Amino acid sequence: MGVPSIIEIKGLHHVYRGHDGDTYALGGVDIHIDEGEFVAIIGRNGSGKSTLAKHLNAILLPTEGHVLVMGMDTQDARLLWSIRQTVGMVFQNPDNQIVATVIDEDVAFGPENLGVPTPEIAKRVDAALKQVNMLPYRNHAPHLLSGGQKQRVAIAGVLAMHPKLLVLDEATAMLDPVGRAEVIDTILALRSAAKMTTVLITHHMDEAVLAHRVIAMDEGRVVTTGTPAEVFSQPELLESLGLDVPLAAKLAKELQRSGLPLPDGILTAAQLVNALCQSN
Amino acid sequence: MPIQLKNVSFIYSPGTPFERQALRGVDLTIADGEFVGIIGQTGSGKSTLVQLLNGLLKPTQGTVTVGEITTTDKGVRLRPLRQSVGLVFQFAEHQLFAETVAADIAFGPLNQGVAPDEAAARVDEALLTVGLPLEMKERSPFELSGGQMRRVAIAGVLAMRPRVLILDEPAAGLDPRGRDDVLARISALHRERSITVILVSHSMEDVARLVNRLVVMHEGGILHDGSPREVFRHAENLATIGLGVPQATEVLRRLRLAGWSVPAVALTLEEARQFIVAAWRERGGGA
Repeated sequence: MGVPSIIEIKGLHHVYRGHDGDTYALGGVDIHIDEGEFVAIIGRNGSGKSTLAKHLNAILLPTEGHVLVMGMDTQDARLLWSIRQTVGMVFQNPDNQIVATVIDEDVAFGPENLGVPTPEIAKRVDAALKQVNMLPYRNHAPHLLSGGQKQRVAIAGVLAMHPKLLVLDEATAMLDPVGRAEVIDTILALRSAAKMTTVLITHHMDEAVLAHRVIAMDEGRVVTTGTPAEVFSQPELLESLGLDVPLAAKLAKELQRSGLPLPDGILTAAQLVNALCQSN
Repeated sequence: MPIQLKNVSFIYSPGTPFERQALRGVDLTIADGEFVGIIGQTGSGKSTLVQLLNGLLKPTQGTVTVGEITTTDKGVRLRPLRQSVGLVFQFAEHQLFAETVAADIAFGPLNQGVAPDEAAARVDEALLTVGLPLEMKERSPFELSGGQMRRVAIAGVLAMRPRVLILDEPAAGLDPRGRDDVLARISALHRERSITVILVSHSMEDVARLVNRLVVMHEGGILHDGSPREVFRHAENLATIGLGVPQATEVLRRLRLAGWSVPAVALTLEEARQFIVAAWRERGGGA
């Protein structure tokens, strides 16, 4: 065997046991994520996206099947801390993720818990805040930050643990457009500077378009997977899943139907306008 | 119930180090039955403005009049105002608290002194209006999906039968279908009951599709006020204050920059398609 995949999910089932009966959240999921990949997961509410995300760092354990994080099985309790350190998670609500009263203490919380020596913690906090462009705020109180800034601090807190994989579970859903752009720019900067392996769970198709690979889920299963161009060229399928296609992609399809000679795989306004200008 | 703001300013924490002016000399009149969108960056004054409309805040200067009530009048009773102006906050589902969906929705009307029978009837009506099945009444609101919880919270406000409905980002964080559904319900409510609806939104796509009139806020003042078609003509201007235009308009804007003669604004995909096909033929395409 060569280098293990960052994530290897085999036949994963998850059932939530409740008072009113069981809820089948995942029904047989197989996914590989390789080092350096940028994967977007889309799907309506209740499709199993967030359940899947919680399996990536052993917040949930499989009812059936296996989740391997760099070869470590999440069901092996002895590996829990190594797994949590390998996979960093950022959640939806910026106000639920900040624990300290000063920014740099908040970022230090993770590495402190891992037992990292103090001088090393200071270095990591500096580096992480620099990576999300929040170093000037290191002595600020979190409640005075904007939503986008709080999410960047949450990302820094994860980076300070030196993870191999960054998972963002609808991390932009509660932000205004400026905050969303800040978080997305941060993710793209981490990608280009550190090749950070990234899983982005989102309802915003214009964010999913930025990934290498899109996985669409419904009813606890992977329905389709491929490059953004491949996935978003199936508007009927996506609509049946309760999902959207970026407007430029939809418009390109409609223009093709009206007889304009446009290529397949158009996803953005810029690509559409380029193609239109070349078409006559 | 017409709404009139005259020269309204609002200052948070006046006379303290945290003093911040949120609104500066705003004049705004909204007629009965209008569907108004309010857009603007975080901090532009949108939320302050809507909280002035039901008397949660009172202007530091100027007057806010809703129907017969001016919120700064001496001895004014704000209760009737709060009954007639319903405010659905952002992420309204965070304010659900009761043990059952029915109890949560009935809380507002019961508080207003509505008789229990009448309140129960309003619960049914509100649930149907937001498109939730009546069987949901006895369930805990906390077992529902995010989109369902949002709709229960909106139903709680509707059960008070407001004449003016203000919604702050009612679709934020919902999946695309949940989003379309909630917005379609609001649009139908406006059409069928002819109540005034004020929609605060960050989504240019949503306001382009829904509202008759668009108010653009910037640094505590009103920068633009007109139909979406008029307002979105100012794409460059909007960009300088951190706001975009609908994607359909963005495609046309880029085509114009590339020398195509297409109109400046398209509010829907179909409109954009027609404009582009016409311009393409004019340029000799398909000949």
